[in-house]
Amino acid sequence: MIAVALDKTADDARPWIEAAHPTYPVLIDTRHVMADLYNVVNVPTILWIDERGRIVRPNDVAFGADTFKHITGLEASRHLGALRAWVQGERPALTADEVRKHQPLPTAADQQARAEFGLGQWLWSRGGLDAAERHFVRGGELAPHDFTIRRGTMPMRNMDPMGPKFREMLQAWVGGGQPYYRPLPDTSGLASGLAS
Amino acid sequence: MSTFTVIDGERAVEVEARIEGERVLLDPSAVKDALGWEYHDGQLCSDMMCIPIDDAAGLLRDGAIELGGLARALDRPLALDVAERAACLGASARERAEALASQIAPDFTLPDLDGTPHALSSYRGKKILLVAWASW
Repeated sequence: MIAVALDKTADDARPWIEAAHPTYPVLIDTRHVMADLYNVVNVPTILWIDERGRIVRPNDVAFGADTFKHITGLEASRHLGALRAWVQGERPALTADEVRKHQPLPTAADQQARAEFGLGQWLWSRGGLDAAERHFVRGGELAPHDFTIRRGTMPMRNMDPMGPKFREMLQAWVGGGQPYYRPLPDTSGLASGLAS
Repeated sequence: MSTFTVIDGERAVEVEARIEGERVLLDPSAVKDALGWEYHDGQLCSDMMCIPIDDAAGLLRDGAIELGGLARALDRPLALDVAERAACLGASARERAEALASQIAPDFTLPDLDGTPHALSSYRGKKILLVAWASW
């Protein structure tokens, strides 16, 4: 496993990392380099890469435990079972056709949003909070589904990412009929962790 | 002319620039040295490739290279802050989409908590569960 923290500083991620005592690499991605390469729009996002370096399960949502199942509606066993079976060689991952079908691809607007984030983050890192704010807001307007921007920049805007502004944003988003999390659909062809 | 910062991928480079309204005019030799692109004979060339330029007027102005025109010619998004004298040249959607469509996991190098860099490609040969997460 390789974990990538999309946090504004290593110090934000540190307490979580130290509590986990990980035996695997945990990397700090303050500029959202990995998010840009993989078109990650929220956390947690998981993907599987095989021994040859190929994506065999594209962007999916999975939690390690059911702590937040009552909020997310997602059962940890769904992914954990499939993961275990894949790692142990009992069940294949997705076919190339399935990966292609489910791989989200970025649009020009998505990439413009990421450029705004990149500029905002650079400005923020140099103390230009007001200037950064403009670009974070612009990024969120360009890619309203990209919560690595809309929520992920809140700590750089002196907003609590778990607080009322986030809840307001989430309410408006979900109220507009959009999902906050986009897990892969559970079909038998996707090596689901559910009973098969 | 005074300096302007262009963030190109993971590098931030300072270039000499003249600003006219929302237009950022860069010295062509600065564009070549800092960003790796040179314009001549209707083409914009890097070490690796040349792009034909149909609209030279959109790219060049009084012998200077206009940053917005350069971004458009490269099909890359540009986030611009004239007041802060800074811009971020992002990754092209087409390039990112083509890479993901190939299903080959894009490589990256990022530091751990100790600052030690780790390249994804250095873990080739094992199955990898890649997890993006955050404290938010």
